[in-house]
Amino acid sequence: MLENTEMRFADAEAMGLSHDEWLLILKRLDRTPNLCELGIFSAMWSEHCSYKSSKKWLKTLPTTGPQVIQGPGENAGVVDIGDGLATVFKIESHNHPSYIEPYQGAATGVGGILRDVFTMGARPIALLNALRFGEEDHQKTKHLVSGVTAGIGGYGNCIGIPTVGGEVNFHKSYNGNILVNAMAVGLAHADRIFYSAANGAGNPVIYVGAKTGRDGIHGATMASTEFSDETESKRPTVQVGDPFTGKLLMEACLELMAAEAVLSIQDMGAAGLTSSSVEMASKGGLGMEIDLDLVPVRETQMSAYEIMLSESQERMLMVIDPDQAETARAIFDRWDLDFMPIGRVTDTQRLVLLKDGGVACDIPLAPLVDDAPEYDRPYRPNELQPVLTSGSLICDFPVKDALIKLMSSADLASRRWIYEQYDSDVMADTLAASGGDAALVRVHGTNKALAISTDCTPRYVEADPFEGGAQAVAEAWRNICATGAKPLGVTNNLNFGNPEKQDIMAQIVGAINGMGKACKVLDTPVVSGNVSLYNETDSMAIQPCPVIGMVGLIDEWETAVGIGFTSVGEAIFVIGQPADCADGWLGNSVFAKLVAGREGGAPPPVDLDAEKAHGQFVREQIVLGQIKAAHDISDGGLLVALAEMALSGNLGADINIPESDTLLAWAFGEDQARFLVQVEDAVKFQALLDEHNLKGHQIGTTKDSQILTVGPDVTISLEEIRQCYESKLPEMMA
Amino acid sequence: MRVAILVFPGSNCDRDMMVAVEKITGRRPALVWHKDSQMDPVDLIILPGGFSFGDYLRCGALAARTPVVEAMLDHASRGGAVLGVCNGFQILLETGLLPGTLIRNERLKFVCRSVNLQLQPDHGSPLLSTLDPGHSLTIPIAHNEGNYFAQEDDLEMLKQNGQIAFKYTASPAFGPDNPNGATDDIAGILSSNGRVLGMMPHPERAIGNGHPSSDGKLLLRAILQGVA
Repeated sequence: MLENTEMRFADAEAMGLSHDEWLLILKRLDRTPNLCELGIFSAMWSEHCSYKSSKKWLKTLPTTGPQVIQGPGENAGVVDIGDGLATVFKIESHNHPSYIEPYQGAATGVGGILRDVFTMGARPIALLNALRFGEEDHQKTKHLVSGVTAGIGGYGNCIGIPTVGGEVNFHKSYNGNILVNAMAVGLAHADRIFYSAANGAGNPVIYVGAKTGRDGIHGATMASTEFSDETESKRPTVQVGDPFTGKLLMEACLELMAAEAVLSIQDMGAAGLTSSSVEMASKGGLGMEIDLDLVPVRETQMSAYEIMLSESQERMLMVIDPDQAETARAIFDRWDLDFMPIGRVTDTQRLVLLKDGGVACDIPLAPLVDDAPEYDRPYRPNELQPVLTSGSLICDFPVKDALIKLMSSADLASRRWIYEQYDSDVMADTLAASGGDAALVRVHGTNKALAISTDCTPRYVEADPFEGGAQAVAEAWRNICATGAKPLGVTNNLNFGNPEKQDIMAQIVGAINGMGKACKVLDTPVVSGNVSLYNETDSMAIQPCPVIGMVGLIDEWETAVGIGFTSVGEAIFVIGQPADCADGWLGNSVFAKLVAGREGGAPPPVDLDAEKAHGQFVREQIVLGQIKAAHDISDGGLLVALAEMALSGNLGADINIPESDTLLAWAFGEDQARFLVQVEDAVKFQALLDEHNLKGHQIGTTKDSQILTVGPDVTISLEEIRQCYESKLPEMMA
Repeated sequence: MRVAILVFPGSNCDRDMMVAVEKITGRRPALVWHKDSQMDPVDLIILPGGFSFGDYLRCGALAARTPVVEAMLDHASRGGAVLGVCNGFQILLETGLLPGTLIRNERLKFVCRSVNLQLQPDHGSPLLSTLDPGHSLTIPIAHNEGNYFAQEDDLEMLKQNGQIAFKYTASPAFGPDNPNGATDDIAGILSSNGRVLGMMPHPERAIGNGHPSSDGKLLLRAILQGVA
């Protein structure tokens, strides 16, 4: 196709634009776009870049607070952590590329999220991943788990940022559409944050980093459509990662920022040079003129369309202080990276692209960004699922067998096979990595540490989007509080199916509403995020998965606790549960799925006031030294949480059980707002609970043995649990 | 005590090593860029972990041919002390300063976890002389190519000359152990004069202060005392 060929609607449709959107482009331009211009419109108006289906609802999320330095809308969110420091973080999906090419898809997901963080002037200090795969025995699962794990490690290990946590789960709804969400957390000086808005008409626009190739062309558009059986043919739209160049770019950019040469900076992520140039210019209320013949390319004969839509990795666009140009060039020379002035900032509010001596594109910026379509898509919620009573789910199944079955399931078994492939220790500030409630990473050179967790329970969201959205926030909150840290803010990654279907749109609306309410009550504003829609294959939608990535702060890292029992003969308390409790919420639990063979049902309700009270109490008592180990109760319920504490600390325990016909529900129910803690002085701790007017009581004692004793009749050796808990994933992946 | 840490563009444990050494000596080591061919005289040169030039080729192969490594080889030829950790060990093998090679882990996967190391009692190194013979150390590893391999005659020479510094050993916490398939469980080796040490585990990640172990500090302190 020739560059100057006039486009028709069929061309726009092939790029994923609707007929209305096509007409809007014609109206805004007052002429027919050429190929390059149409490509730019289709990328900027893609779901991935424009958030056109979700924007209306995202605006309802709480995004402000005294701790928030920068909320959504920049490359990453920024939160104050005191003493002149700030943490910068964001989560982003790379679902579609990772399904097509798991190693490169996952690796470039990590590379992309790291760029989002260091673009803000922050040195990345931690990576986490939220992953969802298909059923364990699906023919593709092993290949995908293996490739994604290797890709995440391949990038993070090489660039030298520790991968400290995350979550993995398996469900048949992900058989044809896996989820790979990568989160990065960085550290910056609060007064040295860098933004993307271009400034100063006439200032040079500099291209730095790797050269541009034909990889990933129109990736943002691919991420905005459903998959089909022909998806394999999209392999060429997956980018290839180069973590070594990523490392060079990171170091060079941080050095350049320290030299105060950068005025504004934006990474070339989704939609590459298109989104970076358009966003920088439009945020600054300015224009930009770029000579595409100056863009460093690694292939010949690249068209304007290809250069603008390439998603080659490890590239940045920046506006620099012209007086600092030589300093800047010297820094990039030292790191052996391309440093190429390719254009200038203008005051025309237009994007003008020159190529081969002519004008390849000349379009006003306003329609690309401000007039981008925003839809109020119709939605119709599915009927809420019924509450399932314990009685309907309990069968004649021994407690011990149920615990073994749960602990050895793909849902709950140890993730060691995965996380040992990640360098979790590089930078030497990791205090707790995978295997606990939240990861803990020291703020280098200080006594502070950040606690970080990613969470979502998709089966809850599917059954009740509002409660499920709130639960994701509540669980992340508990995980942060269980270390002793104070939750500060969240980033979210909303993974859903096709928003043009009313029931899917209802999931999106419900989950955002639930999430928003929880973030408000728990005072954890949303500071950044990402939306991934159209996660469907052949019209089968995924279980909705609105992932929450939460960051908290503890002032003295030495006061933090882990989940493992630490000493013998100490009291184990459950917080958030009355002493006479003899039942539990089994509906939609892991137990119901694995033992009773029943999926679905109303999820456990979320009481945000209780979450707040219990979380704050646990955090405060940890910092005061009253709690020696803490663990939130979530998937698998109380007994699974106990077993995890015992395994982690390598100490047994005696557990008291109630007289009950519904003991299995007591043991494996997934009621929310609960913690297990180990304390030295039971009497004093009970008094503290009473004083705070909180439900909670002692349910057991840690023991100098390798045995978990549950009531008078049941004993389970830790060795037996460990064996099945640790061997599940290695066997699955063998 | 003058220490220099060599920095390649893809080094990623240079800062961690600098922090660890400074904690022990109270003095910040010099960071020397790979393009530098001149180096002030030092007592110990450390080649840190990382991915020197991306290691898309053989690990350490490009780094072994840089100006700063030429300077390091001069230092070693004069009997100077050298420590190479992980990627640094790979580079030392690529220079030929130490015999053998590091191939991909037996299970073909990157592995990051703590391991137990046994100091070999017959080592003849002044760098390790202040440690008790047979000392056991818990230190983390993190590598994809840590599977030590050498020709039979090289292995025989290493054994005869007491050039094997550390072997992976079993422990109650980490179980039976050879994390990467290394020949004879070898985790670290010495040059024939005992003044060049290459090892896969990362002592700079085990210096207490929030790390699960402080055995790395013990080891680094011994090395720093040994070269003094």
